[in-house]
Amino acid sequence: MSIIVFVEDWNNQFKKASFEAVSYAKSWAELAGTTVTAVTSSGAADPAALASYGADRIVTIALAATPYGIAQQLAAMAEGAAGMVIAGTSIGRSIAPALAALAGGALSTNTTSVPTGTAPVTVVRGAFSSKGIETIELIGGLPMVSFVPNSVGIQERAGAGAVESMDTAGTDLLQVTEKTIASGQVALPEAEVVVSAGRGLKGPENWAMIEELASVLGAATACSKPVSDIGWRPHSEHVGQTGIQVNPNLYIAIGISGAIQHLAGVSASKTIVVVNTDAEAPFFKAADYGIVGDAFEVVPQLVNAMRAFKAGQ
Amino acid sequence: MNLLVCISHVPDTTAKINFDAAGTALDATGVQFVINPYDEFSLTKALHLKEAHGGTITVLNVGGPETEPTLRKALAIGADQAIRINATPTDAITVAKELKNHIAANAYDLILCGQESIDYNGQQVPAMLAALLNLPFVNACVDLVIDGSSATATGEIDGGHATYTGNLPLVVGGKKGLVEEKDLRIPNMRGIMTARSKPLQVLEATEHDAATRAAKFVKPAAKSAVKLVDNVDELVHLLHNEAKAI
Repeated sequence: MSIIVFVEDWNNQFKKASFEAVSYAKSWAELAGTTVTAVTSSGAADPAALASYGADRIVTIALAATPYGIAQQLAAMAEGAAGMVIAGTSIGRSIAPALAALAGGALSTNTTSVPTGTAPVTVVRGAFSSKGIETIELIGGLPMVSFVPNSVGIQERAGAGAVESMDTAGTDLLQVTEKTIASGQVALPEAEVVVSAGRGLKGPENWAMIEELASVLGAATACSKPVSDIGWRPHSEHVGQTGIQVNPNLYIAIGISGAIQHLAGVSASKTIVVVNTDAEAPFFKAADYGIVGDAFEVVPQLVNAMRAFKAGQ
Repeated sequence: MNLLVCISHVPDTTAKINFDAAGTALDATGVQFVINPYDEFSLTKALHLKEAHGGTITVLNVGGPETEPTLRKALAIGADQAIRINATPTDAITVAKELKNHIAANAYDLILCGQESIDYNGQQVPAMLAALLNLPFVNACVDLVIDGSSATATGEIDGGHATYTGNLPLVVGGKKGLVEEKDLRIPNMRGIMTARSKPLQVLEATEHDAATRAAKFVKPAAKSAVKLVDNVDELVHLLHNEAKAI
């Protein structure tokens, strides 16, 4: 009756969302008085590392190629589980609902808290594009949680950590013909710091200073919808409703007015900084800190100030 | 092609969101409802596919009579017929099971959903539906090419894209990129007139038990007023010492 957590790897390496998923499962297991079973790819370089975050049993499997195949593999292991945890990464968001359908689960997605109760399992999630916060009870089936990466954080707590391998098959209904992942960049959905810019930058040739600020901060770059619509930046950088929703510790918005569609994708950020020439820009109402000023003056100064700060750490 | 587009009826993006006195449901008073923005990309993609390959577009929704104007709007945009499954949606699995019952009994080549609806933001129904039907599924779909009975679909993954091929029928969770924003269709007068005479069929629901229950909705705490600073050094100082963000 343990909590089963699926631990995703990227090119055989664990990332922050991997450890956060195990931490999540451990918090749940402590509340429910049970253990944590972590399921991960047999290709993962260091499965034993999951023990430091609370995994009592670590099961490696030859992962199917598609989310549906992985959901079938996890469903085969679900019988007798007390609950299941999956990080809300792009792959996790495809696996979790399929798993719930296959294994008779009661699923909360977009979850931002660890369980606050176990009878029934109760968690908190975002709804109405960040305009509502829902407390949801998982009543009809195996409780399952998909959480927003970077919402509950990592905690180091030792688990027994026995590693074993298991044979389990899943049927992929699709062939993966190509996978491209931009290397050397911080992936937007899991970034702890995001530097985002909008039409105030006046043209795509002016993005070098945004990229420089992101590089100094180890941040991902993002943009507003108009900027991706006119092709200054790729669609994959568009944050907001119909784009990517982000949840970083720090979101720096430069030259973005703050339309409601944009705020829907960023208002879960813990700290928001807005730089805009227009003191009346609606984004200032959603911001924690603001500078009313010209991006072309403020951003180069901010790059220098951040670089000096980082050098002093 | 026999194309199906699943439509959610959701509060407009700019709507003020309030909850009822018990705090367990949306207070719809004064709220303007629209076609879920993600579904609009899927609907326009269906129109493009019909123009290229021929066929019929059915739009399908699980909801009460109050959702019919949203289905009529989809008909005005260009869908050929609409079906409303008469049930109040309670959670994702109940909606997915209602959709599955209809789809399993009808031969659709392609089932287009939006990646998520902007009300409950679950991003659950399309993947659940595909699993219940044992059909292939591509989420966050930003490109889709149909060639005879096979499909090539590209979905966004963290930091990049994955491209899949497989046989129809296929379920996709669409979003911007499936078609461009500028290509989204809006109803014209002729569309609105012809929509009135297009078939809108109401099917009775088959009653499924919900797996989850909304215990409480609250609005996020109001943000305290922005702290305006004059220079970047002060900003860095505050981000480090006060916000602990760097």
